[in-house]
Amino acid sequence: MTADASRGAEAPPELIQLLTPEGERVEHPDYDIDLTPEEVRGLYRDLTLVRRVDLEAVALQRQGELGLWASLLGQEAAQIGSGRALTEADMAFPTYREHGVAWCRGVDPINLLGLFRGVNHGGWDPAEHNFHLYTIVIGSQTLHAVGYAMGIQRDGAEAASIVYFGDGATSQGDVNEAFIWASVFNAPVVFFCQNNQWAISEPLEKQTRIPLYRRASGFGFPGVRVDGNDVFACLAVTRKALAEARSGQGPMLIEAFTYRMGAHTTSDDPTRYRVAAELEAWKLKDPIERVRAYMFKNQIADQEFFDAIDAEADELGRDVRKRCLELPDPEPLAIFDHVYAEQHSLMDAERAEFATYLEGFEA
Amino acid sequence: MTILTLAKALNEGMRKAMEDDSKVLVMGEDVGKLGGVFRVTDGLQKDFGEQRVIDTPLAESGIIGTAIGLALRGYRPVCEIQFDGFVFPAADQIITQLAKMPLRSLGKLRLPVVVRIPCGGGIGAVEHHSESPEAYFTHTAGLRVVACSNPADAYTMIQQAIRCEDPVIFFEPKRRYWEKAEVDVDSSGWIPFDEAKVVRQGTDVTLLAYGPMVKTCLEAAKAAEDDGRSLEVVDLRSLNPLDVSKITESVRRTGRCIVVHEAPVYNGFGAEIAARVTEECFYNLQSPVLRVGGPSTPYPPSRLEDHYLPDLDRVLHAVDRAFAF
Ligand SMILES: Cc1ncc(C[n+]2csc(CCOP(=O)(O)OP(=O)(O)O)c2C)c(N)n1
Repeated sequence: MTADASRGAEAPPELIQLLTPEGERVEHPDYDIDLTPEEVRGLYRDLTLVRRVDLEAVALQRQGELGLWASLLGQEAAQIGSGRALTEADMAFPTYREHGVAWCRGVDPINLLGLFRGVNHGGWDPAEHNFHLYTIVIGSQTLHAVGYAMGIQRDGAEAASIVYFGDGATSQGDVNEAFIWASVFNAPVVFFCQNNQWAISEPLEKQTRIPLYRRASGFGFPGVRVDGNDVFACLAVTRKALAEARSGQGPMLIEAFTYRMGAHTTSDDPTRYRVAAELEAWKLKDPIERVRAYMFKNQIADQEFFDAIDAEADELGRDVRKRCLELPDPEPLAIFDHVYAEQHSLMDAERAEFATYLEGFEA
Repeated sequence: MTILTLAKALNEGMRKAMEDDSKVLVMGEDVGKLGGVFRVTDGLQKDFGEQRVIDTPLAESGIIGTAIGLALRGYRPVCEIQFDGFVFPAADQIITQLAKMPLRSLGKLRLPVVVRIPCGGGIGAVEHHSESPEAYFTHTAGLRVVACSNPADAYTMIQQAIRCEDPVIFFEPKRRYWEKAEVDVDSSGWIPFDEAKVVRQGTDVTLLAYGPMVKTCLEAAKAAEDDGRSLEVVDLRSLNPLDVSKITESVRRTGRCIVVHEAPVYNGFGAEIAARVTEECFYNLQSPVLRVGGPSTPYPPSRLEDHYLPDLDRVLHAVDRAFAF
């Protein structure tokens, strides 16, 4: 009883691209972008460093130092491109895989590792970085981003919010409600969907029959599909969407068409549901390799530059590893901290009771 | 007799139910090719096909809502909620619709829907993966709520849940998924669906537990033996309805009662039991009914969960307190 595929079929979706997998620069009438060599080198550095942090985290998980890790491998361009499009005043609402966006917002990677190690549920100050806490419950944060945007609107601020979610998340009621709110209130919010083709074991076809970016039109705002492995395009498209949102033109859905190269998380086993050929095909579209090729071709960087970045990445990897191993376990009584903002008698009583209980072991 | 893990016992139980009744469906996120994130539905799609083992879109309200519709059409859906913390997006459908529709129809509609929820902590997971939401559902009239604690029960109870004409919230202790025991897969082993079981006999204190805490209580009982204390352990199995007579029978004999669960004590399921035992056994009690559970805080980051979760020491500490009265 599989659905008749032809019913949902329309013209093939246009993919906004500014840099081909071979590293060729291409033009786009609506989304061109002028990047200085310095900016290109900066993007390359970001991409390389976050990949390195990610690989180190996977290794740490394998060695039992993290309970879990959700790898961003393959999604670096979508995250760095969109992340670098943000201004300081913009607010980002991530899911649990946005390590690259966190990087752009200045969140120390050790905080991300701390969460997956289980020493806290977040730990950074969202207001300090304008980068909200990771959200595990799929889709919840989309509504928060819309509400935040409604606040921006009321304050008359020169800012927008951006919210990240996956292809699977588009099935959630919350996400659809967020689309409705954003549209009805013309909220300055950019919906950034990283369509990495898989929601754990479920392929895109289990969530939708139309290209995801087209969902937006049904809710009354524009949607576009961008090559999620093209950092230039992701930057250009997000920059424009944010600018439009800030200037009162309302929400936009960006579907970054990309691929999850690794497992869903370190507890997942993709060999049970995914064919290797798919992975091989996407390897050829690697987001970092194409920038590197472009830079070589256009003499934006020489071998010395690449060596220096690799050395910096190694150093960062070592540093993150070292600090991860040094992360202390929280004190037992920390369970009771921060549950309420104001003094709370039940907390006080239970904390005291637990302290007495723990002291019993020392005696 | 076959040795099975709890996860495999559930799998075999569902398989049997599907073989026995072609109306039984399994649905949820990743239940097909992957066999569920805990592999509880492993191989079912391969053997029963995509029409009966359905990978659903990533939407819990949708899973329960459509299961209700399928049940209205005569099917018997067994829904998997991937983790306890993700049942809340489905809470609306469960509480406002699933639980109440049979009553609203004056009994003309039946909703034999099973909602399987891996519950509890102890596996080092991130936020929302270690919750104990039983009180929300035991508080909702119209639902049956059960919790299995071992492979043999799991095998029988899942089949009973599927056969039951009422909606059943079925809790599976995720940290016990990999524990093995003998299961008699040939006998129906039928027990009344709402019957508690004395899993260890004792004379001094009754420990009441369910799901993951049954094993912890058995360990505590064993340890207490060295102190010359004889603890009785009762596995409640059904939380709604509750086997009150089995509980009071035991408490009358021992004179002391301790309820143990992972969920926060404050307004937790133990409160209901404590109240009931006090009402019915007041003159038999030598000490107040005590409760052991989590603090009234959100489930902590995993590096603290050993402090949060009741362990053998916490249970024995409560036993000491019961004796001190
Ligand atoms: C409400 C809810 N249901 C189920 C899960 C379990 N879960 C975690 S990630 C995931 C798949 C998410 O897929 P997608 O939205 O495509 O994002 P991706 O991880 O692929 O980036 C699922 C089902 C969850 N976290 N929250």
